[in-house]
Amino acid sequence: MLSKKLLPVLLVGATLGFNAAQADIKIGVVTSATGPIALVGIPQKNTVALLPDSAGGEKIRYISLDDSSDPTAAVKAFKKLIDEEKVDAIIGPSGSAAAMGVIQFAAESGTPMLAPVGTAAVVLPMTEQKKWVFKTTQNDDLIAAALIEQMQKEGVKTLGLIGTADPYGENWENVMSGLASKAGIKIVATESFQRQDTSMTGQSLKVLMTNPDAVLIAAPGSSSVMPQTTLKDQGYKGQIYQTHGAALDPFLRLGGKATEGTILAASMMLVLDEVPDSAAKETATHYVDTYTRIYGNPPATFGGNVYDAGLLLKNAIPAALEKGKPGTPEFRAGLRDALEKTKEMPGTQGVYNMTPEDHSGFDERGRVMITVKDGDWKLL
Amino acid sequence: MNFQIAVLLGQDGVTNGAIYALLALSIILVFTVTRILLIPLGEFVTFGALTMASFQAGEPTALMWVLLGLTLLDSALDAWAMRERGFDTRKLQIIGLKLGYAAGLVILMHSLTLDQIPMFAQALLTMLLLVPIGPVMYRIFFQPIASAQPLVLLIVSIAVHVAMVGVGLLLFGPEGARTQPFTDTALSLGPVMLKSQTLWVILVSIILIVSLFLAFERTLYGKALRATAVNRMGARLMGISPDFAGKATFALAAFIGVSSGILIAPITTLYFDSGFIISLKGFVGAIIGGLVSYPVAAIGAVAVGMVEAFSMFWASAYKEIIVFTLIIPFLLWRSLTSHHVEDDE
Repeated sequence: MLSKKLLPVLLVGATLGFNAAQADIKIGVVTSATGPIALVGIPQKNTVALLPDSAGGEKIRYISLDDSSDPTAAVKAFKKLIDEEKVDAIIGPSGSAAAMGVIQFAAESGTPMLAPVGTAAVVLPMTEQKKWVFKTTQNDDLIAAALIEQMQKEGVKTLGLIGTADPYGENWENVMSGLASKAGIKIVATESFQRQDTSMTGQSLKVLMTNPDAVLIAAPGSSSVMPQTTLKDQGYKGQIYQTHGAALDPFLRLGGKATEGTILAASMMLVLDEVPDSAAKETATHYVDTYTRIYGNPPATFGGNVYDAGLLLKNAIPAALEKGKPGTPEFRAGLRDALEKTKEMPGTQGVYNMTPEDHSGFDERGRVMITVKDGDWKLL
Repeated sequence: MNFQIAVLLGQDGVTNGAIYALLALSIILVFTVTRILLIPLGEFVTFGALTMASFQAGEPTALMWVLLGLTLLDSALDAWAMRERGFDTRKLQIIGLKLGYAAGLVILMHSLTLDQIPMFAQALLTMLLLVPIGPVMYRIFFQPIASAQPLVLLIVSIAVHVAMVGVGLLLFGPEGARTQPFTDTALSLGPVMLKSQTLWVILVSIILIVSLFLAFERTLYGKALRATAVNRMGARLMGISPDFAGKATFALAAFIGVSSGILIAPITTLYFDSGFIISLKGFVGAIIGGLVSYPVAAIGAVAVGMVEAFSMFWASAYKEIIVFTLIIPFLLWRSLTSHHVEDDE
């Protein structure tokens, strides 16, 4: 299995090396393919092999580095890419904390950065530095608004919240407390946990004591499973909501019967067969098929975020080439301006419409409501 | 907080505490005999759980190649040592046996339909696969520097831990896994439901602790290990091989780690990097026992589990902080009450 994974990477590496002599467009990619958030980083690193190899008649060369889920290493990787490799843009890093740490270096050197991270804090509120940052994931409030809408439809009045004790869970807590009070939903319990916790009994009991109409679990990846199975084990009968962090197949496998009936809002990648045809669906299908052909298993949503970053760059490069040659500050500034002008570009996650204020650029086409039925994802 | 919640939390605390107690005991065992703080102990827990999970998914794990590779390295080292010390038929036989064992396991794994065999056989196979990695690990990484300073041993131990986490990511992937429970029934005791897996954990832990106690009190090998722990030089003069003692304790520690992993795998989702935090809590227990006293460490470890369960309820955001802060008063108390004796080995 290892060799099957390695071969395409090597092949791509070989072709890239061959082209290195020309003045290509250089793009750095920083992912966390090892360490605690490898779950996010591995599909992202694998996706590098699928990124566009040319744009506007120029070859694109990718330099992929691993930050081992360490924000300090992410900063080092960024500095290396900016100072030594003189890259024209950087995709990454995978982690929210790492992304917050590298913004200043991207801004100082005037290098556009496309962050496939969850936290909206990298682009909001917009500042002089964050001008250089674009985010290829749906902002949490976009997903949250969809969930709240659904909750109102089902007449939920009280809500319990269980989130991870990391930027992901904390940001959700903030977003939800704002939106819920506006919608007339009362948050009656807020509990947090660590991804590696071996037991959730305490948090779950605390939530059960307040007996909320529904519980929202905000946790990235497989850690979203434990709270749900514990709640079900202890006999919770209300509706359980999940965020797009749970939108992975391991969620179904690990949770088994306990995941039945869960409602979540996420990108359409999970339910491609069921959504109506659109340009974004075509892009997503192409991405999923190619990835599956190379690696033998379908990609997690996180990989799609990196793929979209590649598409955004490809889309922006022709305009930037009119401003200057690759490798010059003019080209990078042109690239940033062009990225900001992205209009109606279909990606795997939805349709991007960037503005100077909104560097994430999603609208409601960036999410669909999904439920779990008979052990599989279904459009709600 | 009512009675029912207290019982549920208590049940949770005792379950985790039993696992921490097992780990605390093996940390003390390894430390007293070899002066190594066994940081990679947690990896045996996660490897055990994840191997079991991959068996249940019907996939032969690539771990067997790791075992085969390590055994080859180990045999090469033994053969090299023999070149210096002269030819020895018995040693050659042992090398042959070890290689045969590893190769046999590889063949066995390929010939069995792993998800069809009973759970007991899966657990046994997991043991057969993982426990030998303990002594082989000692042979390759620690035996050549057995007489080094404890600090050097600690650093090597950390290095092995970091390497094993990386290997774990390669072998098992980042997703994490959980296995089926041993039995699917629940026992109701008045108003409270006891999960059968909880009873399994407590029962097996008690059996393991008692049999460890018996082994150390009643058997010759157990006494030999205790002698090494009390006085290494003296034990050596009495003909107890320090290499043997090291390998035996590592095998025991690996066995306990893997058992713990198999026991808790049905209760919780374990990731390739969950092991460290679990063994760290066992370590807190071991510290409470002053790294020497088995009974105090076991009680301390159960207390850690209890504190964890209740702090999870009262202040979930500060759970880890509360658990690890426990160590400070005990360190203070220990350093104030015990007078320091310089180790002159």
